[in-house]
Amino acid sequence: MSDDKSDKNESARPAEERNLETAKDETGTGTGVEQPAPEQSPVNVPAPTGEVRAVGERRGMFGVTGTGDTSGYGGLVSATMFPTPSARPYGGWFDEVSDALEARLEATELTSAIESVVVHRGEITFHVRREDLPFVAQMLRDDEALRFEFCAGVSGVHYPEDTGRELHAVYHLTSMTHNRRIRVEVSVPDSDPHVPSLVSIYPTLDWHERETYDMFGLIFDGHPALTRVLMPDDWPGHPQRKDYPLGGIPVEYKGGSIPPPDQRRSYN
Amino acid sequence: MTTEQDFYAAPGDTSQGRVFTVTGQDWDSVTQSIGESAEERVVVNMGPQHPSTHGVLRLILELEGETVTEARCGIGYLHTGIEKNMEYRSWVQGVTFCTRMDYLSPFYNEATYVLGVERLLDIEDDIPEKAQVMRVLLMELNRMSSHLVAIATGGMEIGALTVMTIGFRERELVLDLFELITGLRMNHAFIRPGGVAQDLPPGALDEIRDFIALMKKRLPEYAALCNANPIFKGRLEGVGHLDLAGCMALGLTGPVLRSTGYAWDLRKTQPYCGYEDYDFEVQTWDTADSYGRFRIRLNEMWESLKIVEQCADRLAGLEGAPVMVGDKKIAWPSQLAIGSDGMGNSLDHIRHIMGESMEALIHHFKLVTEGFRVPAGQAYVPIESPRGELGAHVVSDGGTRPFRAHFRDPSFTNLQATSVMSEGGMVADVIVAIASIDPVMGGVDR
Repeated sequence: MSDDKSDKNESARPAEERNLETAKDETGTGTGVEQPAPEQSPVNVPAPTGEVRAVGERRGMFGVTGTGDTSGYGGLVSATMFPTPSARPYGGWFDEVSDALEARLEATELTSAIESVVVHRGEITFHVRREDLPFVAQMLRDDEALRFEFCAGVSGVHYPEDTGRELHAVYHLTSMTHNRRIRVEVSVPDSDPHVPSLVSIYPTLDWHERETYDMFGLIFDGHPALTRVLMPDDWPGHPQRKDYPLGGIPVEYKGGSIPPPDQRRSYN
Repeated sequence: MTTEQDFYAAPGDTSQGRVFTVTGQDWDSVTQSIGESAEERVVVNMGPQHPSTHGVLRLILELEGETVTEARCGIGYLHTGIEKNMEYRSWVQGVTFCTRMDYLSPFYNEATYVLGVERLLDIEDDIPEKAQVMRVLLMELNRMSSHLVAIATGGMEIGALTVMTIGFRERELVLDLFELITGLRMNHAFIRPGGVAQDLPPGALDEIRDFIALMKKRLPEYAALCNANPIFKGRLEGVGHLDLAGCMALGLTGPVLRSTGYAWDLRKTQPYCGYEDYDFEVQTWDTADSYGRFRIRLNEMWESLKIVEQCADRLAGLEGAPVMVGDKKIAWPSQLAIGSDGMGNSLDHIRHIMGESMEALIHHFKLVTEGFRVPAGQAYVPIESPRGELGAHVVSDGGTRPFRAHFRDPSFTNLQATSVMSEGGMVADVIVAIASIDPVMGGVDR
C-alpha cells in the first residue's frame, strides 16, 4: 500500500529524505544503490530544510516540574514538528491526482485553493483553503480523472498551539473507480470555527459533521441540522477539545489514593 | 394506560400533542384515546431499551396507521468517550480501549488502530509473518462470530428463535477459540503495535481444525433452515432496499454495499496483513435487500472458514517463529507463561532482565512505564470489518500517547440509512431493515 517502502535498514532515516530518493528512483535518475555513500549517510546529512510546521512544543522529559525535577532535563524544549510539505514529484499516482486537480483549479482561476501537499508514510494530504473546500470536494467527486466518490467521514483534530489554525477538519476520500485514497485537511482558527458543510456533496457526512461539531465545536455552515449527535443536547462544551478536561475522581484504596488519568504524572 | 405514575414519561399534553406511555397490555386504551382526536399521525419512540433495536438505539417513527412516514435515529446512549480516553494512555494501552468499541468485532478495532500506529512507526514491513497470519486468523474467526450474531439476532427479531439459538451455539465455539488463544472471550487487547501479544498456545491448531470440521457440518444447517424458508423470505425479500447510488451517497460499505452487486471488499482491493496471499472470493448479491445481505453474511462465513483453514496450514509451518517485531524499543517486553499461580511473566524473562541483561531491564522499564514514541504525523489504514470499512485516523505529535485517535465506525455511518430504508414501509419492516444493517451500538457511539 505504501509508496515509499524502503529497505529495512533505512527505517531510521527521516521520511522526507526517503521520499525524495524514492521519487528519484522512479524517475530513473537515482542510483538506487543499497548503501548511500559515506558523506551522504543519514548521520552526516543535516535535516532537510524547508517550511517546518511546528504545532507545539514539549518541555522537560520525565513529567516532573519545579524543585522535584533533578533530572537536569527540565529546561529541555523540543518542538513538535509535523511532516513538512512535499515537493514534486510525489511519486506514483499521487502526481496524476495532483495534476488533474491543479489543471481543473487553473481552469477556474482558483490556483490558491490548495495551500500545501504533504506526502508522508505513503499517504497524501491536500491542505485546502476553507472557502474553496466545497468546490474542491465537488471536483474531487465528479471529475473523471479524480472520481473520489466515497467519503469515509470527517475527523476533527484540535491543535491548541497551532496559532491561527487550531481546529482541523480531516476528510478521507476514496476513489473506488481508481482504487485510490487521499486525505483533505482544512484548518480554521479557534476564534472563527466555521467550515463549509459538504453534506450536499457527500450526504454521508451528515452525522460525521454533527459528531465533529459535537466534539470540537467546529461549525459546518450549510449543514441541514447541525445538532449534537453523541452528547446530550444540553451538554456544555465540546468534549474532545484539548482544553476540555478528561474528568474523573481520585480512587482510594487501603489508604492510598490514585489521581484520575489526566492528573497522573506522565511522560511528556 | 397504567395508573402508576411514570416520572420519566408522564402521560399528558405537551405543545407537541398528547403523550402516551405505553407499558404493554394497554393497546385498547391507547387506541381509544387516539380515536378521540382528529389526527391520524402518531409519533412513536421505539427504544432505547427495546429488545429489537440492537442495543440502546432509539428510533423516532412517525406513523400513519402501520406505515412509517418518517424514521429518525437517536444515538449516543452508549457514548463512553473512548477516543478521548485514548489520548491519556500510551500507544500500547490504546489497544485495550479501542477493543471495547464494537464489541462484536473487537479484533478489527484493534487491527485498524495497530496498523495505523505501525504505519506511523514505519515498521509495516517488519511485522513477522506469524503475527500477520495470526491476525488474519483471529479476524476471520471474528468475522464468523460477528456474522453469526447478526444472523441470530436478526432471526430472533422476526420471531425465528431457532436461528437465534443455533447462531449463539456456534458463536460460543468461536469464543472458546478466542479464549484459548488470547485468554479472553472479548476485550482481548491481543493485537499490539509490532505484532500480537503472545504465541499460539499448545494444541490451538488442533482445536481450530476441529472447529473447521464442525462448522462445515453446521453451516449448511443455516442454509437449510432459512434460505428457502417461505416465512423468512417473505419477511426479508424486498425489505430495506438500498441501491448502489444510495450506498455511495450515504457511504455504506460491507454487506449492504455488496448486496447491490458491487464487489468492493478492502481485503481484495487494498490488501493489508497479507490478505493478497489467501484464496477467497468476495461475496455479492444483486437484490439490494435484507435477504441479499443475509445470504452474503452466510456465504462470507464459508469464505472466512476457507481463510481460517489456510491460516491453520501456514501456522503449522511457523512453529516457534517470532510474533513480535524484533525492535526491542517497540516490542512489548513481557513474555507470558503459565505459572503455579496462573498466567504471568515467564520466569525465564524475569531471570533475563534481572540477572543477565541491563539493556533488557531498561527496555522493559521504559516500555512499561513510558511506552515508545511515535513520529509525528497522521495515518488512516482502513480494514474490512464484518460491517464495512472500519478505519482509525491516528494522529501523533511525536509523544508517547496518541494525540488523537478517531474511529470511522461502519455501524455509525451505515445507521444513517435507516430512514431511507424504512420510510414508506411497515413498522415491522423497520426492524428487519435495521437488522440487515447490523449496527453495533458500542461502535456507533464509541
